Amino acid sequence: MNHWLTILTLVPFLGGIVVASLGAKRQNLVRGLALASSFVALGGALCLWLHFDSKSGGLQFVERMNWVPSLGIQYFLGVDGLGLLMVMLTAIVTPLAILASWNVKDRPHVYYMLVLWLQAGLFGTFTALNFFHWFLYWELGLIPAFFLIKLWGGPKRGPAATQFFVYTMVGSVALLLSFLAIRLATGSFDFIELAAMAKSGVLQSKLSATFGWKSIGLIVFFGAFLGFAVKVPVIPFHTWLPAAYAEAPSPVTMLLTGVMSKMGVYGFLRILLPIFPDQIRQVLSLLLWLAVATIVLSAFAAFAQKDLKRMLAYSSINHLGYCLLAMFAAASVATGVNTPDIQKAAALDGALLQMFNHGLTASALFLFVALLEKRSGGLRGIEDFGGIRKVVPVFTGLMGIAIFSSLGLPGLNGFVGEFLIFKGVFPLVPWAAAISTIALLVTAIFLLTMIQRVFCGPLNERWARLPDLTTAERFLVLPSIALMFVLGIWPQFILGKIDATVVQLVQHLNF
Amino acid sequence: MLAWTIYISFIGVLVLMLLPRDNARAARIVALLTAVASCVVAFVGAIQQANPGEVTTIVNVPWIPGIGANYYLAADGISLVLVILTGLAAVAGILFSWNIEKRTKEFFAFYLALIGGVYGVFLSFDVLLLFVFYELTIIPKYFLIARWGSTRKEYGAMKLALYSFVGSHLVLIGLIATWVVAKGQLGHASLNLIELSKVSFPIVFQHWMFPLVFIGFAILAGMWPFHTWAPTGHVAAPTAGSMLLAGVVMKLGAYGCLRVAMLLFPEGMREWQWAVAALAVIGIVYGAGVALVQRDFKFVIGYSSVSHMGFVLLGLATLNTIGLDGAVLQMFSHGIIAGLLFAVVGRMVYDRTHTRDFNDLETMQIGKLLPFAGITFVIAGVASMGLPGFSGFVAELQVLMGAWAVFPKMTILAGMGIVVGVAYTLRAMQKAFYSDAPEKISDGHDHPLEPITFPEKAGAVMLIGASLVVGLFPGLLMNWIEPCFKSPMFHRLLAGGAL
Amino acid sequence: MNYLYLLQLAAPETIITVTMLVVLGVDLTVLRDKSIATRFTVGGWIAIFGCAVAAAMLWGRIQGGHALATAYRLDPFNGFLIIDPVTDFAKIALLVLTAFTVLISTSGKFTNHVGEYLSLLLLGTIGLLFLVSAGDLLMVWVPLEFTSLSLYILAAFNKHNERASEAALKYFLFGGMSAAFLLFGFSLLYGISGSTNLAEIARVMQGRGLDPLLIVAIVTTVIGFGFKVAAVPFHLWAPDAYEGAPTPSAAFIAAGSKVASFYILAKIFTLAFAGSTGSAVWHGYVSGWMPVVAVVAALSMVLGNLTAIVQSSVKRLLAYSAIAHAGYVLLGVLAGTASSISAMMFYIITYALTVIGAFGVVTVVEEATGGDALSDFKGLSRRAPGLSLCLLVFLLSLGGIPPLAGFIGKFFLFSAVVSVGENLGLLWLVILAIAMSAVSFYYYLRVLKAAYVQDAAEGAPAIKVPGLTMFALVLLAALVVLLGCAPGLLMRFL
Repeated sequence: MNHWLTILTLVPFLGGIVVASLGAKRQNLVRGLALASSFVALGGALCLWLHFDSKSGGLQFVERMNWVPSLGIQYFLGVDGLGLLMVMLTAIVTPLAILASWNVKDRPHVYYMLVLWLQAGLFGTFTALNFFHWFLYWELGLIPAFFLIKLWGGPKRGPAATQFFVYTMVGSVALLLSFLAIRLATGSFDFIELAAMAKSGVLQSKLSATFGWKSIGLIVFFGAFLGFAVKVPVIPFHTWLPAAYAEAPSPVTMLLTGVMSKMGVYGFLRILLPIFPDQIRQVLSLLLWLAVATIVLSAFAAFAQKDLKRMLAYSSINHLGYCLLAMFAAASVATGVNTPDIQKAAALDGALLQMFNHGLTASALFLFVALLEKRSGGLRGIEDFGGIRKVVPVFTGLMGIAIFSSLGLPGLNGFVGEFLIFKGVFPLVPWAAAISTIALLVTAIFLLTMIQRVFCGPLNERWARLPDLTTAERFLVLPSIALMFVLGIWPQFILGKIDATVVQLVQHLNF
Repeated sequence: MLAWTIYISFIGVLVLMLLPRDNARAARIVALLTAVASCVVAFVGAIQQANPGEVTTIVNVPWIPGIGANYYLAADGISLVLVILTGLAAVAGILFSWNIEKRTKEFFAFYLALIGGVYGVFLSFDVLLLFVFYELTIIPKYFLIARWGSTRKEYGAMKLALYSFVGSHLVLIGLIATWVVAKGQLGHASLNLIELSKVSFPIVFQHWMFPLVFIGFAILAGMWPFHTWAPTGHVAAPTAGSMLLAGVVMKLGAYGCLRVAMLLFPEGMREWQWAVAALAVIGIVYGAGVALVQRDFKFVIGYSSVSHMGFVLLGLATLNTIGLDGAVLQMFSHGIIAGLLFAVVGRMVYDRTHTRDFNDLETMQIGKLLPFAGITFVIAGVASMGLPGFSGFVAELQVLMGAWAVFPKMTILAGMGIVVGVAYTLRAMQKAFYSDAPEKISDGHDHPLEPITFPEKAGAVMLIGASLVVGLFPGLLMNWIEPCFKSPMFHRLLAGGAL
Repeated sequence: MNYLYLLQLAAPETIITVTMLVVLGVDLTVLRDKSIATRFTVGGWIAIFGCAVAAAMLWGRIQGGHALATAYRLDPFNGFLIIDPVTDFAKIALLVLTAFTVLISTSGKFTNHVGEYLSLLLLGTIGLLFLVSAGDLLMVWVPLEFTSLSLYILAAFNKHNERASEAALKYFLFGGMSAAFLLFGFSLLYGISGSTNLAEIARVMQGRGLDPLLIVAIVTTVIGFGFKVAAVPFHLWAPDAYEGAPTPSAAFIAAGSKVASFYILAKIFTLAFAGSTGSAVWHGYVSGWMPVVAVVAALSMVLGNLTAIVQSSVKRLLAYSAIAHAGYVLLGVLAGTASSISAMMFYIITYALTVIGAFGVVTVVEEATGGDALSDFKGLSRRAPGLSLCLLVFLLSLGGIPPLAGFIGKFFLFSAVVSVGENLGLLWLVILAIAMSAVSFYYYLRVLKAAYVQDAAEGAPAIKVPGLTMFALVLLAALVVLLGCAPGLLMRFL
């Protein structure tokens, strides 16, 4: 029995407690410790990455022991390719976020504690395999995020934080109720066990038998769906997101978009697809429409934004929409398609890759916005700048790379994910893929417009003295940029780790 | 052993009465020692009990032979959980009333009398004895509120006393009728709860008596629409008073519903099951909804108690093991969490700021001035929302699970109640502690807020700890509660509802 | 007729008579020039001593065994006097009540005719003692009127208070009228049965249907006793009399006389009207005396409690509450079973103890503040902590809060009433009673609120409670608690 995953989760959690107990006075020590803690976690994640057996698609580093026997609750941890990828992403983004918020002055000990606890919640969510403590971590991530927005956010942080919290809680409660119904019918909270039951059809029959409703399966599915859909978010459950992303301090937005939004997608992959394949198929066209709407509408919405952070927020929704599209397509009953399994695997591979890429790119973009804000004194409207590439060439260059990555330029990481998604989805559900391509176009347009407005054109005299990136800041953004190139050129680096898991998931979906 | 919880409390009352009038310090210390002693006794006694699934007799001697009344104290797992809750709540309440300067010894004398009565109810297995202890709590409650309370204290106290009294009189009617019918069936007079729970009362009788007795007890449990005493009473009460009201007194009602009404009249319960569930769910949603629009901080918590007690009643209405487990656990959990919330509002905030109006609190930035209060409220609020990791989650989880099996649609409504619960807790948190409203311009008369004292910190840490421990290791209490519902005593009630 | 035997049977009454004469004599001769307090103390102790001797004698008789008791029961005086352990015990209770009344009177300043006051009290007691033993209609009527006459004078004893004379006159007029009704009813009974002996009447009436004459007899008897026990609608004299009379007299009217009256009332109805019980069960009305009493009881409970709510004088409040309590006790009468009668006796005796205590507290407060309004009780808990603690016990017992005697009395009484008949037919009356008892809690609590919650006017001095009164009150409060916790102590004699 090993306890690596538990330890990995405990590191930031305990780190948070230590940091908080130092008090507000010793700022440097607080920052240093927080950073050190996040690096330890990164190291741990890397160890996992290296020791992970990529041949096996199954769970590794499993921990399992009885917790509350009377409720059938076990402490059950483990990662497969999917979980590992997400743990890695969390471990990468968190130190960046801490570095990006190096200058927090207001109660820094609380700030860093919350960031670290958020990380602990994320680690927990991505490794837990029993609903009980999975849900604990799912909510544990929520509270620090709420306070980070609420206490350190922008001028309209109050309503934004509340909206964020309440929306998520609505989803959580729906999710909770669904799982209670499942637990009641099957006596299990175990994701793996439930997936097996779903595959054999036992789950559906037990649900119907317990409740006596034929449609109970769908109701339960929609409850769970709501929980994840709010988190991703899927249009029309997205309205909390722009406000929250815009009002949160930018380092927190990095975490929100980089990792927290992945919790939703992860939930789809880990829970909805394996446990509710039947239900997904029943309402597949509806779900596809939702995914398409998410992709297209958010792209158009981003186009209309004047605020950099809001624009990136909508673009975030758009990117995650592709993941949803890929997943739903993979769940479809592909008749008349050649080698459907390969297409499905491609789509899911793409989706996983897209999750990681988006985490990387979006957090980098918000990091750039944070740096820009620091220089502009909080201004971040598209119209506020202009022609600054002449003043800050390095900044412009590096941010440009990130933007192009987001746009999906071949050679950068964003391209691979989106390419695989469309490669898989086109043969499976051509119409959805076709409509979604509009969004690719729109994305290109608004990102290029942004570049044009902010960086090109005549120099706004106000920013004539804008300082360029300092050495430290260059080092800060460098890892992200480097990874963008690495993954763009050599995606196998990740695909190798996740492939076996994806194949297994595809097999699970085929019955 | 456990009976000493009662005796120690009343001995404490006597000692306090004999103390000199103006020695507040001695009164506090005596009260604290008494409460700690009874709490320790509760813990030790509970742990010593070998088989929590069975009713273990503590003392059983004839009391009024003519009517078959015995002085019968006993405990099973359910009693144990609630006795421990009472012990914790009692100690915490005293820690949070350390600053009572006005007639201190009388305050603590009434306080301990109330505690003694509560212990008595949870340990009585003779219906008349239970009733005696139950009514014994009314008078101290009244005086604690009317004498040491705040906003509209006399009104709130009177309302509470009358509601309690009306409720207990409904119970009394049921008690007398039950006694008469049982005498006819058994051939001898008996008030022994276990014996009575084996009597098959006529169906019609059960259909009539159940609502009477159940409502009688449920009034104190804050069941909608008989809850209106709760918000006013809680608001009017002094901090320790509201802590005890929400912490243990409301549990008396729920306990009575379970132990007397449901156990004696299982058929009646089945007949009215839907109604109980419906009222419970209305209570959950209504309490939460009303809490959302309050301006007085304490009213928010008061209505939240109504909402949370709705979960207890919903759990009772499920009539399956898991729901009932959840109901008992929720009693414990709410007792701890509501106590903590009231402590923050009443002691940490109101005693220092002398206002509970959100419009005033918004301008004070209490979250920065009293970080400990802010953090405590956040933790308590989070626990109260039912987020995992705290006791409330495990309890509500089981209640909802049990309810799913019987009332799926109502369960969904109850889930909405949780969401509203999140909303009002957040609203209160923001308005009271982390408001963005501009700070009031100082008029030169500002007194710095007194820092949080050690007793307050100790009390808060104790309650948070209790909620966390139970949240993370629910097995500790579940091992006591669960076997009870599997014991023969509950067979009749749960027949057909086994889960 | 053996007069020595009669004297032996009536020994307690004789002792009280002698005591009465001694008190009067001593006061008129030796104590003529002493202060009122001394005269009350000395006279009071003599009276109490007399009561104690009589009670001890009765106690001895009860302990003497059943053989003796049976002998008494089959007495040679044609059932003129009935003496059995229960009547003996009732007499002890009456003597105890009288002793307590004397104790709370001793601090009184309402009169300087101490000897007369105390001897009237004892005279009234003698009447009550005989009344309890009555086995004959005449023997009911004569002691009843004998006592009543003493009570009229006692009510008027405060010569300085105009309302006292008004109250006494009202009491007297109502009392006289009720006596007339009672006599009329008795005469009809005699006419129907041809005898005045209760046992004889019972024998004749058994199995005899309800005829119009009997109905008139029932109604007039109910009216007559209704006045005596102040049941609605014959209660109008009570509040005025209680308010105007010196408080100890009011206590005696409310306590001692009630115990005897209810006991004999129950006896007459269950014996003399045995054949015409009727029924007052829900959906099972049968005409007879039971429905009549049921109506009177229900009215008393409802009206007494509701009217008490609006009173601002504590004495009037206690008067209305007494009316309500009369209603509860009548339930015990109408149930008419052995257990209900003994429950009724338990209830009325504990009620009497409690109400004497309550009036005792009022006496002290009245002396100190000059009034008995609710506002005069403000801050009592600070001005006289011990006194207000006693008040707490008394009022809570009246309100029926466990573990005090009032609660357990109600439980006995109501459970005995519900046990009557099939299918819980009398439950409706008990539900009414319990509902009304919940109402009563409100006005008792109002008094306690004044005492405990509200503060006295600034600088109000502490109230000095006379030692003897305090002694009596503490004793009473202890009794109320004791009988509540261990009702068996009293119940086994009833």
